[in-house]
Amino acid sequence: MVKIGVLGLQGAVREHILALEASGAEAVIVKKAEQLDDLDGLVMPGGESTAMRRLIDKYDFLQPLKDFAAHKPVFGTCAGLILMAKKIHGQDSAHLELIDMTVERNAFGRQVDSFEADLMITHVGEDFAGVFIRAPYIMEVGQDVEILSKHNDRIVAAQQGHFLCAAFHPELTDDYRMHAYFVEMAKEKKKETVA
Amino acid sequence: MMLKTGTERVKRGMAEMQKGGVIMDVINAEQAKVAEAAGAVAVMALERVPADIRAAGGVSRMADPSIVEEVMNAVSIPVMAKARIGHIVEARILEAMGVDYIDESEVLTPADEVFHLNKRDYTVPFVCGARDLGEAARRIGEGASMIRTKGEPGTGNIVEAVRHMRMIQAQIRQVIAMSEDELMTEAKNLGAPYEILLQIKKDGKFPVVNFAAGGVASPADAALMMQLGADGVFVGSGIFKSENPEKFARAIVEATTHYQDYKLIAELSKGLGTPMKGIEISSILPNERMQERGW
Repeated sequence: MVKIGVLGLQGAVREHILALEASGAEAVIVKKAEQLDDLDGLVMPGGESTAMRRLIDKYDFLQPLKDFAAHKPVFGTCAGLILMAKKIHGQDSAHLELIDMTVERNAFGRQVDSFEADLMITHVGEDFAGVFIRAPYIMEVGQDVEILSKHNDRIVAAQQGHFLCAAFHPELTDDYRMHAYFVEMAKEKKKETVA
Repeated sequence: MMLKTGTERVKRGMAEMQKGGVIMDVINAEQAKVAEAAGAVAVMALERVPADIRAAGGVSRMADPSIVEEVMNAVSIPVMAKARIGHIVEARILEAMGVDYIDESEVLTPADEVFHLNKRDYTVPFVCGARDLGEAARRIGEGASMIRTKGEPGTGNIVEAVRHMRMIQAQIRQVIAMSEDELMTEAKNLGAPYEILLQIKKDGKFPVVNFAAGGVASPADAALMMQLGADGVFVGSGIFKSENPEKFARAIVEATTHYQDYKLIAELSKGLGTPMKGIEISSILPNERMQERGW
């Protein structure tokens, strides 16, 4: 069984834990850098990216997260996607810079514009209920990034190697297909590393 | 492609994203920026913080829209604002302005002494205060997407928030442990909609996010409320009525995240300066207690 951490500084942590457990992984909440050591993958949840970044900086968490991501799978949803992006539209600097993409924060508008829409997600499946809450979207991606889903021509899910991201919240539904896909990614990576 | 706004999942989900965080009362752009930089997950835009509302007396209404707008333009985190209990038009104005969450709040003078807002009618989500499970369930029945304890706002005294959080948590545990044939009588006793209690029993948990509010004045207060089962913390007067708001704000954010790391909370509590002065609850006349507002 693979062990997946959920970054637990702030946000919808418990929902990811439940979804990962339902997908056959052991799931733990990660609040400190040393907890990363024995994990096979990490989920960065939705929440407020500015609040999470401040807590990441405060406890010198940024470099340990980058080191972890160098060889282990990471899955970011909403704010987690923002933390993974190489560039953030309108800002001089980004956060972990894991995926070669430019994202825009709160790109669909304010909370009254938050919405649900059915999505087709490559490798995951059709009729996936996408829950978008003050969501970002991906403006453009580099050539090594695979676009997994679009909503009205806007990129809302992508993958680059062992990094997976979604602008919406699969953890707020009881459809665990996207988490199951990530757990499979973590299993594959673990096999590679052992071999 | 078809898309649906204002669904229950989108409204409740917005509050899910605030969990583990601190929502701070602010009265202008400058304070909003301090809050955002300190790691607040949202700000509540107000004309006056509860401590000043209490001191000023008179009728307290929705904030001047220009203040709300100023705060919305200053930060990228969500902005909440308060409407009076039952004031349909104040709530519609805030919704039309694009506020991210409305607090139908006992801190303001109620506009209706019988009915709360029918919050299901709105696209914008609502948070409401509660002292026990019956009150919380009535608000959820009306469509509230998030609950917070009432506490006693503007006092800097945590005792009422503790009372309300302990009460709600104990009653949730009782409902979960009950057999289904006992639920209707419990609904009658609590004054709670039966369907909400049934849902709590079936899911084994409260259906919406439940924050602490009303009297949080120190990092230890915030951590205490998290330990008692709060999903996050509202801090009203506690930050900008303290001697060093910036330091206070940061310390409360960190104590909320690491609420069981007592060594850390000791470190962050050092040299914070004077917190807000605070008021002993028994010195407030019963008819001046804000928690008594709401039905």
